[in-house]
Amino acid sequence: MNWLKLFRRRKNSDQEIAAQRLRLVLAHDRANLSPGMLDMLKDEIIAVISRHLEIDADKVEVNFTEDQRETRLVADIPLSSPRRRAL
Amino acid sequence: MAGKIITISSGKGGVGKTTITANIGLGLAMLGARVICIDADIGLRNLDVMLGLENRIVYDIINYIEGRCRFRQALVRDKRFPELFMLPAAQTRAKDAISIEQMKSVAHEAAQMVDYVLIDSPAGIEHGFRCASAPAELVLVVANPEIASVRDADRVVGLLEAETNTPARLIINRIKPEMVQRKEMLAPEDVVDMLAIDLIGLIPEDPEILTASNRGNPIVLNNGSPAGKAFLDISRRLQGEDVPFAPLKPPSFFQRLLGSH
Ligand SMILES: Nc1ncnc2c1ncn2[C@@H]1O[C@H](COP(=O)(O)OP(=O)(O)OP(=O)(O)O)[C@@H](O)[C@H]1O
Ligand SMILES: [Mg+2]
Repeated sequence: MNWLKLFRRRKNSDQEIAAQRLRLVLAHDRANLSPGMLDMLKDEIIAVISRHLEIDADKVEVNFTEDQRETRLVADIPLSSPRRRAL
Repeated sequence: MAGKIITISSGKGGVGKTTITANIGLGLAMLGARVICIDADIGLRNLDVMLGLENRIVYDIINYIEGRCRFRQALVRDKRFPELFMLPAAQTRAKDAISIEQMKSVAHEAAQMVDYVLIDSPAGIEHGFRCASAPAELVLVVANPEIASVRDADRVVGLLEAETNTPARLIINRIKPEMVQRKEMLAPEDVVDMLAIDLIGLIPEDPEILTASNRGNPIVLNNGSPAGKAFLDISRRLQGEDVPFAPLKPPSFFQRLLGSH
């Protein structure tokens, strides 16, 4: 992402909103996975990981990122803080 | 050597495919190339009126495929450039009246005669689009700077990548520079960035495009206008010239006073 471009842009302009919505729509189209399905996938990932690790389920993020025409699914799964972990 | 076969597609309807085919076809002819424009929008013939050639039609592409005329008889010669021809679509036939193999063979036959064969694709991503893009060596994907159109263009790019691996270049049509400047419209850079294919043309919104095609004299014939120049620039780039992309400027105060915008 070119940051001059970000700088130039007034926040929340129609242009910015359209660009953000479009990026998201394209990511879902390209992956052939609807936003609702992505949520289901996220819940399943949380369930699987929780079987092995204590995670902070509320803070899990699963999103698409785009690099040119390459899409990847990025999951950010914070572990629960060890101090709070039950003995 | 056979001519280059280029298809103009968009996915979404009404974004300017036929306008662009007519103007680039004429543009290439103005530059001295021999060109055949094929109207592949079976049942919804439009290229003839855009080029102002509707009164000269005798046969159409299906008459030729069915063996009712010879190839050259089905071609309509342009009244301005004797080396520019149009092959009309059939107006009263179903969209799927032509098979992919038939379209390929027609396009290759055309390519034997001229330097460029331009194919005006119908909207959609079904049979008509597949037929029109099957013979292409290059597809010009047309998008308007709006979410729905870019999304559909992305489908076209994806299909081409997945199925035929045909190279694609992007034309962004109907740009309103003053709206881009006010950050009210997607910027061309963003669209190029998202679709991730090389750009070949930026065409401004210009009401004269409509009035010019109303008269059957596409705007490229008046290449003093920004839109006319944009079309001629695309024709030049197709010929391999390295034409820089001039930033589109909003109409000046005086141009607005004169009422041309
Ligand atoms: N840059 C432009 N500025 C103003 N009007 C335009 C521009 N480009 C196209 N138009 C107008 O938009 C309309 C639709 O254009 P056109 O018929 O070329 O689209 P199309 O993609 O071929 O449509 P279809 O999908 O139905 O075949 C026409 O009235 C045309 O004059
Ligand atoms: Mg059309």
